[in-house]
Amino acid sequence: MINGNVIFSDENEEFSTFIKNAYKFLKTDYPKFFKMDNLSKLAFLAADVLLKSENLNEEENNIALIFSNKASSLNTDRKHQASIENEAEYFPSPAVFVYTLPNICLGEISIKRKLYSENSFFIFDRFNAEHLQLYANNLLRSEKTEKVLCGWVDFDENSYEAFLYLVEKEGKIEHNTEEINRLYNIL
Amino acid sequence: MSELKEELKAKIIEQLNLEDVSVADIADEDALFGDGLGLDSIDALELIVMLDKDYGIRLSDPKEGRKIFESVQVMADYIQEHRTK
Repeated sequence: MINGNVIFSDENEEFSTFIKNAYKFLKTDYPKFFKMDNLSKLAFLAADVLLKSENLNEEENNIALIFSNKASSLNTDRKHQASIENEAEYFPSPAVFVYTLPNICLGEISIKRKLYSENSFFIFDRFNAEHLQLYANNLLRSEKTEKVLCGWVDFDENSYEAFLYLVEKEGKIEHNTEEINRLYNIL
Repeated sequence: MSELKEELKAKIIEQLNLEDVSVADIADEDALFGDGLGLDSIDALELIVMLDKDYGIRLSDPKEGRKIFESVQVMADYIQEHRTK
């Protein structure tokens, strides 16, 4: 959903099928997508579809990324742990291991969109509008960035959600905690 | 040998999550890195793990992989000669 409009829906509850169908439907051309872990796939696709909808030109890439979630990269961490538990069958996957940090997804988005801006990934017990508002406003006020892509991207087992928004100095909706929570709760 | 090559192609596709690539798309002599399948350094490490896990071949120097992973044909020749399982 972008700005209240449904752009893709799929009744398939299995994440891998859903995200693959969404990737194809949204015509996202990025072969490395299929090498990402689930959290990165979710964050990458959500960010890409939102930024694409803004029709930004290549120079408009001074966009900071401020993401957050609850489960960190636990879903991938568990897979990695399972691969190193048994000493007799000790075959950790390098591809899984490189995704055992939640902020890796920010790197994937930055590579695709050629962003050289600030990025941070925070872990909270719950959706934290106050933090997103303070951090993003501070970056904009101090002119460290022109836009901030903020939000919450959480993945654990087969439960997942992605809520992202783009904030800049002048916008239609005021960037305060009430509005952020209101938009998040529409989900 | 041709059975091993087909097996390797299927494993490469599965292990490296090569979406939209089928066994028939990979020729025995195709370059796996660079202009061929476009594999990267993490893929190379995955292939090293695969050699160890599935064929009992441990590479002491990861640089050895450069030659061994040149193509499916070269990989199959190497595995045939050095496999312990």
